[in-house]
Amino acid sequence: MMAADAPLLDVADLGIQLTTSRGPAKAVREVSFTLRRGETLGIVGESGCGKSITALALLGLLPDSADVSGSIRLDGRELVGLADADYCKLRGNRISMIFQEPMTALNPMHTIGHQVAEPLLRHTGCSATEAKRQAIALLDRVGLPDPARRYDAYPHQFSGGQRQRVTIAMALACSPDVLIADEPTTALDVTIQRQILDLIADLVAERGMAMILISHDLGVIAENVQRMIVMYGGTVVESGTTDAVFSRMGHPYTQGLFRARPRLGARRGTRLATIAGTVPELADLPAGCPFADRCTLVVDACRAALPSLSEIGAGHGVRCIRTDAALSRDPAGVIA
Amino acid sequence: MSTAAKMSATTPLLEVRDLVQRYTLPRESLLRSPGEVLALNGVSLSLMAGQSLGIVGESGSGKSTLARLIMALEKPSSGSVLMAGRDLHCVSADELRRARREFQMVFQDPYGSLDPRQTVARIVAEPLTALENPDRETLRVRVASVLRQVGLRDADIDKYPHEFSGGQRQRIAIARALITQPKLIVADEPVSALDVSVQAQVLNLMQDLQEQFGLSYVLISHDLAVVDYLCDEVAVMYLGRIVERGRPEDLFGQCAHPYTRALLDAVPQAQAGAVRRRRQSVAIASQSFGSAGCAYAPRCPLADAHCREVAPALRALTAHHSAACHKAESVMALPPLVSEPHQPLVSKPL
Repeated sequence: MMAADAPLLDVADLGIQLTTSRGPAKAVREVSFTLRRGETLGIVGESGCGKSITALALLGLLPDSADVSGSIRLDGRELVGLADADYCKLRGNRISMIFQEPMTALNPMHTIGHQVAEPLLRHTGCSATEAKRQAIALLDRVGLPDPARRYDAYPHQFSGGQRQRVTIAMALACSPDVLIADEPTTALDVTIQRQILDLIADLVAERGMAMILISHDLGVIAENVQRMIVMYGGTVVESGTTDAVFSRMGHPYTQGLFRARPRLGARRGTRLATIAGTVPELADLPAGCPFADRCTLVVDACRAALPSLSEIGAGHGVRCIRTDAALSRDPAGVIA
Repeated sequence: MSTAAKMSATTPLLEVRDLVQRYTLPRESLLRSPGEVLALNGVSLSLMAGQSLGIVGESGSGKSTLARLIMALEKPSSGSVLMAGRDLHCVSADELRRARREFQMVFQDPYGSLDPRQTVARIVAEPLTALENPDRETLRVRVASVLRQVGLRDADIDKYPHEFSGGQRQRIAIARALITQPKLIVADEPVSALDVSVQAQVLNLMQDLQEQFGLSYVLISHDLAVVDYLCDEVAVMYLGRIVERGRPEDLFGQCAHPYTRALLDAVPQAQAGAVRRRRQSVAIASQSFGSAGCAYAPRCPLADAHCREVAPALRALTAHHSAACHKAESVMALPPLVSEPHQPLVSKPL
């Protein structure tokens, strides 16, 4: 039995190398984080920064050609290198995932009831009647109107928000320890987004799950998680409690993301601060800091080697050798 | 251009009059007549040349239907769309084809809106080849110059869409809209499929092009901040009606419709100590549901018996601000929503 304060999920020095047509790509490197029971962690970054591949690694869903190094421990049990048959017992049972697009995450050929009951039948060994009863209770809990009657309805008969509720019910069916939500509201309207995030927050609190919320929206991260990591070029560039990161952004990329968002009330005619260039290809990452080519504070030393994660506050780490310069940037200039 | 010459300073570039669009639902029973969706329920608006209009609302509010009708891609059930004083739905097909030079569209998904088997040159040139028959050399010169305007290189002209990133693809889509030198570009969620940093680049580009060519945009977005950034005027739509319109500073500073307020309230705030503010989950009304009163009443916290009986008309509150709500004054008197302060990123050194 583990001590009560031992982390539920412990990811240490995770590295993932993928084989692509352009040669090996270091999709993820030196990613470490821990997650305790009941804790919420946000992962923020643009597409191609390694957020989703990290999530897939936790679920053991990487392609066979992927080369994984480092360790992922769930309650002390090593998951890297676990046989697929053993992973099948964990997936949807102890770790489950809410996917971005509810339309593609649901099978259009099966009824929603069938899809919600499937993990129950597979993992808990209960009878079909019992699975149906539980599935209806779950659908009711996620706020799907009239679940008993709509149990045999197909995904196309629901709206986007309702479909996302169904995928949440699927993910929660076996009361997982870790819930991974990969951009759960990106495809939805703001008002529906609010409802879905409220629902996830309620369920996480109610069942004492740990949650990893992946999003590109800084607002969603700020409102929904206790701790966050910012990923860029396959690595963690900043991590800390949400409050610490938002009150003191230490990495130029985090600052850039924050500044690039159009904000309500910013007067017309003002220009948005862009980050020049685009996210680097993971197949040909630069030798040093992956952000060096887009950074305004870059110096020669940045290109020499990947900077290490250094602390700028309690539990607040930044992977940048120019943090001091980034932090001392004129606040007005950073905002405008 | 003859239309431009005829256009006086007072004729709006785009005028939409009492537009109604009904769609018939698939028949569910042999005995009952099929249901109908009222996608647009009497929308009127006008836009002067060089100005931009933002349209916000949830999915199902009729934003995209309005865009399709403005682009003359469908015939409305009733009402009219006037482009520089000419009714697009009353002209001959040939005349309409030639009129399309004046208005072009940018779509949401830059992955789906570019044909993967065509080169950039062919994609961008297509609107021009449909209008006139320029020789190859002129065409390439025109394509190259429009690509430069959107920040792409001449070398990109013979590449295929898959060789570009999402932001670059959206630039290609904008180049395709620009090549006929339109006066109006209808952009349906042009940046919602893009990453934050790339979104800023495309929004800046759209603003530059507007200054350079005096373009007008009809910008459809669910992101209020994007609309605020690019538009002179904003219309909020709910179930096929415009429920509030005005300048962004009026509308977002002191909204007069409870729906606008709900939209503003739902935007997550990126700041330290952002506490989750809970809202009651509300049932989404359906469009085919025809009721006498205000369409928003079932979701509205302020609704009373009067709201459920009499549908409010869009009425002017100030010179630039109007709302369709019986209680507009009391909504405006509500305390302002906690908006994201312009806090310094670097508060204090430890």
